[in-house]
Amino acid sequence: MNARVAGSLSRWFATLLAAATLTAVAVASGIDATKSEIAATFRQMNVPVEGRFKIFHGVVNFDPVNLTAARARIEIDTASFDLGAPEYEEELRGKEWFDTSAYPKASFISSGVVAVGPNRFEAKGKFTLKGKTQEIKVPFTRRSDGGVQVYEGELPISRKAYAIGSAEWDDTLEDKVIVKFRITAAK
Amino acid sequence: MNGGARYTGMAISLHWLIALLIFAGWGLGFYMHDLPLSPAKLRYYSWHKWMGVTTFILAFLRAGWLATHPAPRLPRVIPPWQTRTARITHFVLYLLMFLIPLSGWLMSSAKGVPTVYFGVLPLPDLIGKDKALGDFLVQVHKWLAFGLAALVGLHIAAAMKHHFMDRDGLMGRMVPFLKSPRL
Repeated sequence: MNARVAGSLSRWFATLLAAATLTAVAVASGIDATKSEIAATFRQMNVPVEGRFKIFHGVVNFDPVNLTAARARIEIDTASFDLGAPEYEEELRGKEWFDTSAYPKASFISSGVVAVGPNRFEAKGKFTLKGKTQEIKVPFTRRSDGGVQVYEGELPISRKAYAIGSAEWDDTLEDKVIVKFRITAAK
Repeated sequence: MNGGARYTGMAISLHWLIALLIFAGWGLGFYMHDLPLSPAKLRYYSWHKWMGVTTFILAFLRAGWLATHPAPRLPRVIPPWQTRTARITHFVLYLLMFLIPLSGWLMSSAKGVPTVYFGVLPLPDLIGKDKALGDFLVQVHKWLAFGLAALVGLHIAAAMKHHFMDRDGLMGRMVPFLKSPRL
């Protein structure tokens, strides 16, 4: 692929992304937060503890017959992490953990989607948390549910890759955090 | 009439093992609950839960053992109201050996921090995560533990009375290497 084609392609993608975002705002293919859920389960001494991000928003544009156009963009309010234990939530907003005053948002911006099986897909993209960005792959399934689309999946995330938790926690808290999501969008 | 008989070796072992776990559980419970969050705090919570599960299991064994190996009867010279009080105290002590670990188990589930015995065996969550219920169960767990403390205090006081005031050798039925009762 020569530079001009690449350039025009990237411009085309940028236009598409902008259009998708605009469409999302206008036609509301945005995420329905009331019917969506993003949870993170960490393990301390093999004890699984699940928390949920209460506030997030974004857009999903997905058409299984036109995967190249599929896009997702999700922004998560890191201070909204709910463990059901206020004293721990307060701690998790601190510098050693999410550091929510310096990094109030985590985000996932997809760069492409491929089909990996019947009704099973994998989105590639950039996940940014606490100012650190990693390229991740997000497996998910999709189903229609009364006129809306429901995307579900789970993936392991390394907390250390995003500097979540200081070294003193390494013996107690597993590096692997399981992120589970159920995203409901209009289309 | 075998008023002079001791408890069986198994009953004595279970009694002291559970006593040890109860005191350790209290100590750790009091100490850990208002520590600031740290890896150590979570470790203490896990240990405390393991102690509770162990106590719960031992309490079952102990109740089963008691059912098949009745406790030696109290000497006739002890006034009936004291015998009755002892019986009630022992019954409630047994009850609390079950209820306190159970309340801790339910509280863990309601708090969303399940119990994983020795870090390998996950106990099922009998109830779902529920903050209000969790806070309530903390109070239940705490007050049952205080109730147990009061009863254990009474239990020890009675044992001391028999040993140092009545000098009837009753404590020898449960204390290894102590002289057996003279009654």
